[in-house]
Amino acid sequence: MLKRPAFYLDTQICTGCKTCIIACKDKHDLPAGVRWRRVVEFTGGDWDCLPDGTFNQNVFAYYISVSCNHCQDPVCVKACPSKAMHQDDHGIVTVDPEKCVGCRYCEWVCPYSAPQFDKKLGRMTKCDFCREDLQQGAPPACVAGCPTRALQFGEYDQLAAEYGSDPPMIPMPPTALTKPSFVLETHRDAQLEHARKGTIGNPEEVKDA
Amino acid sequence: MNTIRTYDKVVWSTCNVNCGSRCPVRLFVKAGRVVRIESDNTGDDASRPHEIRACLRGRGLRRWVYSKDRLQHPLKRIGKRGEGRFERISWDQALDTIATELERILKQYGNEAVFRIYGTGNLGGVVSSRDQVDRLMHILGGRLNLHNSYSTAQIYHAMHYTYGEKETGNNISDLVNSKLAVFFGNNPAETRMCGGGTVRDLVLAKQQSGVRIIVIDPRHTDTAAGFADEWIPIRPGTDAALVGGLAHVLITEGLVDQGFLDSHCLGYDQATMPRDIPPGNSYKAYILGEGPDRIPKTPEWAAPITGIPARRITRLAREIGTARPAYITQGWGPQRHAAGEQSARAICMLPILTGNVGMPGGNSGDREGPFGIPFPGIPVGDNPVKTSIPCFMWTRAIDAPHNLTALNGGLRGRERLTTPIKFIWNFASNTLINQHSDINRTKEILRNEKKCEMIVVIDNMMTASARFADILLPATSSFEESDLCYQSYGMELGTLIMRQKAIEPLGESRTLFDICAQVAKRMGVAENFTEGRNHDQWVEYMYHQCRKVKPELPENYRDAVETGIFKWARPGEPRVGLKEFRNDPVSNPLNTPSGKIEIFSPRLWDMAQTWELPKGDVITALPEYHPTWGNLDPERSPMYPLQCIGHHYKQRTHSTYDNNPWLEEAAPQMVWMNPLDARQRDIHHRDTVRIFNTFGQTMVRAKVTPRIMPGVLSLPQGAWHREVAGGVDANGSINVLTSQRPSPIAKGNPQHTNLVQVEKFQEKS
Repeated sequence: MLKRPAFYLDTQICTGCKTCIIACKDKHDLPAGVRWRRVVEFTGGDWDCLPDGTFNQNVFAYYISVSCNHCQDPVCVKACPSKAMHQDDHGIVTVDPEKCVGCRYCEWVCPYSAPQFDKKLGRMTKCDFCREDLQQGAPPACVAGCPTRALQFGEYDQLAAEYGSDPPMIPMPPTALTKPSFVLETHRDAQLEHARKGTIGNPEEVKDA
Repeated sequence: MNTIRTYDKVVWSTCNVNCGSRCPVRLFVKAGRVVRIESDNTGDDASRPHEIRACLRGRGLRRWVYSKDRLQHPLKRIGKRGEGRFERISWDQALDTIATELERILKQYGNEAVFRIYGTGNLGGVVSSRDQVDRLMHILGGRLNLHNSYSTAQIYHAMHYTYGEKETGNNISDLVNSKLAVFFGNNPAETRMCGGGTVRDLVLAKQQSGVRIIVIDPRHTDTAAGFADEWIPIRPGTDAALVGGLAHVLITEGLVDQGFLDSHCLGYDQATMPRDIPPGNSYKAYILGEGPDRIPKTPEWAAPITGIPARRITRLAREIGTARPAYITQGWGPQRHAAGEQSARAICMLPILTGNVGMPGGNSGDREGPFGIPFPGIPVGDNPVKTSIPCFMWTRAIDAPHNLTALNGGLRGRERLTTPIKFIWNFASNTLINQHSDINRTKEILRNEKKCEMIVVIDNMMTASARFADILLPATSSFEESDLCYQSYGMELGTLIMRQKAIEPLGESRTLFDICAQVAKRMGVAENFTEGRNHDQWVEYMYHQCRKVKPELPENYRDAVETGIFKWARPGEPRVGLKEFRNDPVSNPLNTPSGKIEIFSPRLWDMAQTWELPKGDVITALPEYHPTWGNLDPERSPMYPLQCIGHHYKQRTHSTYDNNPWLEEAAPQMVWMNPLDARQRDIHHRDTVRIFNTFGQTMVRAKVTPRIMPGVLSLPQGAWHREVAGGVDANGSINVLTSQRPSPIAKGNPQHTNLVQVEKFQEKS
């Protein structure tokens, strides 16, 4: 078992296909509205209409697939009043169903929307990094299913050494906040100056209205 | 919560839709139910053949199979056709009715009155294939044939008239040898998403060579987001005009491969024109404005038509003209238009002019070509009926058969149709209502029970088409039927998947084979149809037919089932289409009348004189740009100032899986709209909007995004039509807005050619 398992996403080749979402849903049998993994579409650019009916534009878009980042400094664990949210020796953050009272503080403080409230169960649920699979040496369901092989996992220190842990890509929050176990290969368009003016293009897919 | 390692069995199965891939999946079965699905995990993913990882659609299969829409019992229509009111009947009652009606109609109208409608909702299984219906009908004396497909009608005709064959593309892996790639409306990241198919090969090629990729598309697709170095938005249906502007630069700046044009092509300039054609009709004359229209096709001419600035067109032409080799390709979007044949032919002009045809790292301008093992399907026998309609023309064949001739409707095998369609077999097809153009008109035609007298629908789900059945039969899903499945056309590897029955059929579902065998029995041809084999014996028999193609497969069928999946990597270098012709055009002529690439097509020249076309349609011997009825013209159509295309969407394949709530949550149905168009109409992201034109109206939520060009909407095709009061569609189903007017040459579906208006939907209080 890895010392500190982490996700790695090559945003250069993530096409936003969302297979990771469904692989996760299927394995964990998640109902509608419970999204352990989400794919954020970040997009922007301006259109300039010229008098001859033609256009100039600088449109860009990229996708970031994100679940729980099993942060080194998990604010959800700190915020949990019932001590249901906890972290194991490998840094994997999970909810103890016996202790969780469904107050949703963790959901509120997490900058990644990782803890997900299950209405039927009346408590929080979340990504557990497919811990049982990891213990058997198998990859998590989302990683095993990725068609473009953009989503990978590995030892955090190795991934961070290879790809760097900073700076984060827009719209990801500053890594200093929680020290996420999530390493990104930055999309070429994330470096564009005007990318800062972009928006999340699919709010309805990432969060309920 | 996890049920890991507590399954009764794990069996191999497949995702059987028409995306161009054929994904294996492993079904985890517990207490007679599939409780989990995983992808292919065989072999070493670091080398070919890779793992064939199913996309979200295949991974979501169990939420689809166990859907509330699942048909479980044979049903008979009560009330009027299309009302959707049915009563449960026994299998015997259902099969007796079908046999009686089929016999009556065959006797009264003949075999050409029976039609198995186009449909690809269950594709890739050998024994579970729609071929069973064809086999049955051929034994019974035949059925009205169909040609073309809803995917490729125009491009296949374009390739046929240009190159003499329908598929001429290099493998996508050949991009590693390219200096530049130009994708016209080609979007494998959403259409060929399988992790063992085109998108996987595209990732590998891009990573290996870093080849510069330009995507030309009205929409900033996920292929553009994932792979493009540059996106050039273009107005739908104007690709031929862009090519005209590019060709002008290539020709005037000396960037054409004159040697190749002289030795391999017909009609580039006067020197290679057919002798009996008047002068001034060569391609070069057309582009330079020396042809009949006297208009030079300069970048400045193309700019306002396409929406692309003239200087960008010039720069693109120089890029294409100086990058050797260049991989110029098109998807199937540019051709699914009112004049799609000409767009497809025009795009091919770029590699032809620059001599990139038949070269490693080049391409013919066609879509990327596949690799596969030619495993056999079940023997369907010869169809004694030779009459064939373009598959898109079936509504006319019901409604106005006298108006479906060789010269006005692409009829083959006869001058004109002699009988209307009276009996429809609709297996795993939503073409009856949902996927055909102009749903409201189709409904009107089908509601008349005196026209088409019998509709048999065999499907898994209560689709919009199923609601129009007279007899509605529940078919087994892929979970409930063993079969053999092999690779599809969007892949570069061979596969044979030994699909196993994972669970018992839901309700009273039966296999298509069993249904056809029972009809055959009632018609007195049981033995001819079954050849003495039951369903599972057919699967085993077909396995041994596959062994004749790949003798290294296990001798024993059971051993093959035990292994579950067989994969073969594409051998050697990527395929280069038309390579032999390129190397020696004299010894290896093309299958065109001249044996050459026909830039000027004498066959189309003749058709232009003889074919009967509605006003506004043209057939031209050269790949020319002509505006169509679907072009934006503010003076002509101020009511409908927006073009509306219908891209293929990751949520479903065509209409299959649209009712999977997991997929709807991950990728909801929304119409793409530019912020400039939205602002003018006070439309905000997620607002419900009403899209309408003369054909109908639909309601759907808006995705306001800069990723679509101004003046264009894109409403993902395939959403299930749901009619609410007043004939309005409430589910964003694009075919209430599309036209049944066929394209000029192929008589294909122009379903991306639509003019519409959109407004914010105001609930009336």
